[in-house]
Amino acid sequence: MSEILRVENLTKFFDTSGGKLHAVDGVSFSLEKGKTLGVVGESGCGKSTLGRTVLHLLEPTAGKIYFEGKDITKVGKKELHKLREDMQIIFQDPFSSLNPRMTVSDTIAEPLILQKKLQKVQIGQEVEKLMDTVGLADRFANAYPHEMDGGRRQRVVIARALALNPKFIVCDEPVSALDVSIQAQILNLMQDLQEERGLSYIFVTHDLSVVKYISHDIVVMYLGQLVEKAPSVEIFRSPLHPYTKALLSAIPKPDVHEKSKRILLKGELTSPINPKPGCRFAARCLYACDRCHEPQVQKEIMPNHFVACCRAEELMTGTLQDG
Amino acid sequence: MSEKDVLLSIEDLVVEYSSDSEIVHAVNDVSLQISKGQTLGLVGETGAGKTTIAKAIMQILPDPPARITGGKVIMDGENLLDLKEDKMQKIRGNRISMIFQDPMTALNPTIVVGKQIMEAISLHEKVSSREACRKAEEMLEKVGIPKERYSDYPHQFSGGMKQRVIIAIALACNPELLLADEPTTALDVTIQAQVLDMMNELKQEFGTSVLMITHDLGIVAETCDCVAVIYAGEIVEYGTAAEIFDNPQHPYTTGLFGSLPNMAKEGGRLKPIDGMMPDPTELPEGCKFAPRCRFATEKCRQGRPELRSAGGSHVVRCMRTS
Repeated sequence: MSEILRVENLTKFFDTSGGKLHAVDGVSFSLEKGKTLGVVGESGCGKSTLGRTVLHLLEPTAGKIYFEGKDITKVGKKELHKLREDMQIIFQDPFSSLNPRMTVSDTIAEPLILQKKLQKVQIGQEVEKLMDTVGLADRFANAYPHEMDGGRRQRVVIARALALNPKFIVCDEPVSALDVSIQAQILNLMQDLQEERGLSYIFVTHDLSVVKYISHDIVVMYLGQLVEKAPSVEIFRSPLHPYTKALLSAIPKPDVHEKSKRILLKGELTSPINPKPGCRFAARCLYACDRCHEPQVQKEIMPNHFVACCRAEELMTGTLQDG
Repeated sequence: MSEKDVLLSIEDLVVEYSSDSEIVHAVNDVSLQISKGQTLGLVGETGAGKTTIAKAIMQILPDPPARITGGKVIMDGENLLDLKEDKMQKIRGNRISMIFQDPMTALNPTIVVGKQIMEAISLHEKVSSREACRKAEEMLEKVGIPKERYSDYPHQFSGGMKQRVIIAIALACNPELLLADEPTTALDVTIQAQVLDMMNELKQEFGTSVLMITHDLGIVAETCDCVAVIYAGEIVEYGTAAEIFDNPQHPYTTGLFGSLPNMAKEGGRLKPIDGMMPDPTELPEGCKFAPRCRFATEKCRQGRPELRSAGGSHVVRCMRTS
């Protein structure tokens, strides 16, 4: 399988009045062509920043980004302009990511006008084709965003992202603002598009059931750091990091007979400004010990299953006492 | 369910919003009963009328444009809709209170949280301000916030803690009924788990009845005794949680379940409901769900189906239920 994107030690710090905010801290992963990588975590864990840094919407503080084998960490304006054809983004909120004063057809045509030298007629045809691809009826061509509901708006956003026939799309919570019945329509559409066009996705979300449904691989983030990385099936079957375990157990299950056994976490996310060197989850962790206050190393505990927890082996073999 | 156990019953409630040119039928002939100490889940999508029902019970709908044009809300044999405003004022926050979805906007940013809890107590109970203050501290501790944080402002709290403060305010006067409008939607899952757990404990301690408004079927399964599924302002299915989850009958309810990514199964395709919710200014004749329904026949498009029994307390608004 060919790799489309590789990220090594990607780091993004923001300067704040209180010090350095570690939004993304030493994250590495790779994404294969035609696959989906799910990025999960709670608000403020840096998952959106990660997606944006990969696309150069934010400049990385350190680390490397390789796209189709080419180092794109430092690119000039011209190269970046060209690169945008291949890398696109779908934002969470279809209400604020569309220009309220542009019609649907103008919105979808804009990337074509900016990037391609096409005749007006050709652009019109392209827009028609794209609207058909995402399941928007012709009659919406001259509609404004406020005339449409959330599901249709998200289809417009998807059509716009597809306009330049990209290879890779970052989807930043694309269905979070939608109702469940509409959410399912959009998820199915995104999967169809992936199959038809061989698209690769980074799918950023806080909704674990959605991520399980759509992803091949999953990375779990906590306060800017990658805590666990594994194939989707594997992570749901045998989560190893205590945070992943708690996160999975916290999802309410739509089943009246099986009351889920929740692992209740104490406390809440701590501040990502100037964090201490040890495990950032230690303060809330049931299994925290002295070693947790040292920097954690990511280990491949099982094939393709990486965990950044010094007690992962004990957790896996069940030899662990609560400490 | 015997009459005695019923705390609040809503009968044929109709709410409309009117604008210059059109009338939005937000709630149409909704009847519900909430029993003492029980949690009733109200499930549906955006715009189904869930929040409007809760606000109608509290009578905090903005009028105009909203108008309650029919029905009764009965508590202790009294129709709340007939009460004068000053009497209703005594019930709000005291016997019935409400938690709103967004903890970021429901608190006053310029008043310390302790005082906001105390306000509710002094308003409804004849106690000295010192006593009210002590009670407010007690409530803070009950929801898991140290009382030392009494004098902190809302912006000094995280989202989950703000929602706890709101719950503390809502429960301060020991209400008989709590209307919880998407209380955890704005929170992260691990924090949601904490808040739901706490609500459950408090519910058991105080014996409060809860109307839980949510779009998350997982939360319904974990917290509710009874469930009402609402679509375009109408109840389409109503029964105990077990009846609805084990044997969903209405095509909309089964559609909702089909739209959920299944955590237990691997892969597969979601089965979404086609189309969108109808425009509430132009509701279809007959069954409101018919335009999206796979099973719709001519009969569905003509007459509005009544709620029919599907065994036990389970009722379904569908022509196919016999």
